[in-house]
Parts: sequence; structure tokens; C-alpha cells
Amino acid sequence: MIMREAITKLISLVKDEYVVCANGFISRDTFNAEDRPRNFYMLGSMGQASSIGLGFAMARPDKKVVVFDGDGNLLMNLGILTMISKIKPRNLVHVVLDNECYDSTGGQPTISSHIDLAQVAEGCGIKNIIRKESGEDIAPAFKDCLQKEGPSFILLKVERDPQERVPRVNIAPPEIAKRFRNG
Amino acid sequence: MDAATLKKKLKGLGFDFFTGVPCSLLGGIIEALGDEYIPAVREDTALGIAAGAYLGGKKPCVLMQNSGLGYSLNVLTSLNMIYDIPLLMLVTFRGFEGKDAPEHLIMGKHCVGLVEAFGIPNKVPSGGKDDLDAALIEAGMEIAKGKPYCIFIKEDTLE
Repeated sequence: MIMREAITKLISLVKDEYVVCANGFISRDTFNAEDRPRNFYMLGSMGQASSIGLGFAMARPDKKVVVFDGDGNLLMNLGILTMISKIKPRNLVHVVLDNECYDSTGGQPTISSHIDLAQVAEGCGIKNIIRKESGEDIAPAFKDCLQKEGPSFILLKVERDPQERVPRVNIAPPEIAKRFRNG
Repeated sequence: MDAATLKKKLKGLGFDFFTGVPCSLLGGIIEALGDEYIPAVREDTALGIAAGAYLGGKKPCVLMQNSGLGYSLNVLTSLNMIYDIPLLMLVTFRGFEGKDAPEHLIMGKHCVGLVEAFGIPNKVPSGGKDDLDAALIEAGMEIAKGKPYCIFIKEDTLE
């Protein structure tokens, strides 16, 4: 399954949850699949979607937070898994869409083909660990994580679409932040 | 200013979310904050967490040594400053006037110029209590405008 299809599926299953999207095609694909005020599109600050999700989850323990992260993003901020494990936010679902490359810069490989990021998360002690191969049905596990007590970590292997041409997010960054904060 | 007073003043200004990476000069305030202080693994991660907390309605403060400013710049410029996500940064001024361990000297020489170059409002309070007070009040005003604000903490700033 290519990443755009996986994101389209995941965002269709989200109801009133807050979704923090990593930079690059993850934000762009989510924006184009279903724009909503409770989506935060991170445009720069690579690596930090998981941090933003954790901070939001701590500030709003009454709300469920989903992070759409990437393998390149997580590898850049791998220490966040130790913090999520320590802080144990019950309302955080951390999804890593792993296409084993830096997609938006031209598909240069990451090292995630050699590293099982779900095992890393498990080794850090994160409560719920799910690993899905590309093409496996993610819907039941994702819906389950939206319901149950977290933190949850979902590694979803996806494929790169070399023809990916989705438009950029065309909302001004202060507006993205404002509507998410007021959402 | 002593740590208990600083904590009280930060709370009085509405700061209610504290994270960061320690410096020996921050030992007192981190101890005073107790469980309210969330230890982060890196300074940029601390800024990301603080940004998320802000989006969740908190008023964040990040503590760090100036050695962490380098890590922080990408998050400040490509997250905080473009989304109008404000925060207070309490950054220790290691290497002030060239008197410190060798690893602090270059950052100590340039850290104020660095934040100036990126247009981040900042203040280097002198040792007097009133000066830190004034910096905190100015910080509160800039933060209300959606900006990050950096207060450099020297050896004589906190007791």
C-alpha cells in the first residue's frame, strides 16, 4: 500500500481526535485527503511531530492525540520514545508510516529497512506495540488503539509512490496553529 | 534572585508547563519546580514538547544551557517563529566574558549575537534582582504577541 492510501484510510477512521502530522508528504497527504481544524501540519522542524504530540497529550489529557510520524522523522528524534515510555500518556497514539526513505527529498533511503522501529519502541517499554506490513489491514488495530488506554505505537510499513505530486498545504502556519489550538 | 522567588514569579506570569535539559546554573530552579519540571532528552525535543503544550492551552517555559541553542535553532525558526507559537526560554550564559571551560567559550562569545541574528527578543539581566524582574515582565509582553523570548541566566543571576 502506498503511503497516500494508508493516510487516506487512517484519517477516515479519525473522529474528534487531534492529529499531528510530520513534515513532508505526511502533512501534504493528510491535508489533501481530509483537511480538518484538528489536523496540525508540521511544515519544518523535522523530527518534532512526536514531541508536539506528546506535549499536547500532556496538556490535554481529556483528548485523544494521534501522531502521523515518518521513519526519517522518528530516526531524527528517537529519544522521544524513551520520554513517551516514561511519561505514559494514556491518550497518545503514535503511528509511524515507514516507507524506508526520505520521500519528499527524492526518496533517498533511511536506515529503517535495517531497523525494526516497533522493536525499538517495545524495547523502550511503550505499552501497546502494533506492527503491520504493507497491505495488511490496519483499520481494526488503529480503531482499537483509538479506544484503549495508551500510549500506543503503530509501525505501518508503506510503499513510496515515485509519482507523488500532491499539492502543498496552503494554509498559513499561524492559522494552522490557531485553529488547532481552538479546535 | 533565589529559586523559590523565580518559581513564584514564573507562576505569577502564568507559566504552567516546564521542560528542558539541565545546566548546573539551573539546579536550584529545577529542584524548586519539582515534579512540574519534565526532563527532556534534548533541547529541540523540549521545544517541540513545549510547542505541543502551547497548542493544548499551556504557557510553556523551557530551561537549557546555551550549548543547547544550536540544537534549538531549527525548531525556533521553522516551528515557533512561523506558527506564532511563543515560549519563554531560560538559557544559561556559560562562557560569559570568556571565563569558563573550553567547550563553552565559542558559544559564550556568540550566543547573544545568535539569537539577535534570528530576531529573537532577549535580555541578559545583570546580577540585580530588579533586572531579572524587568526581563520577565518584558518576556511576558513579547510572549503575548506570540513570540519566543530568551532570558540569559548568568552565574550571578540566580542564587
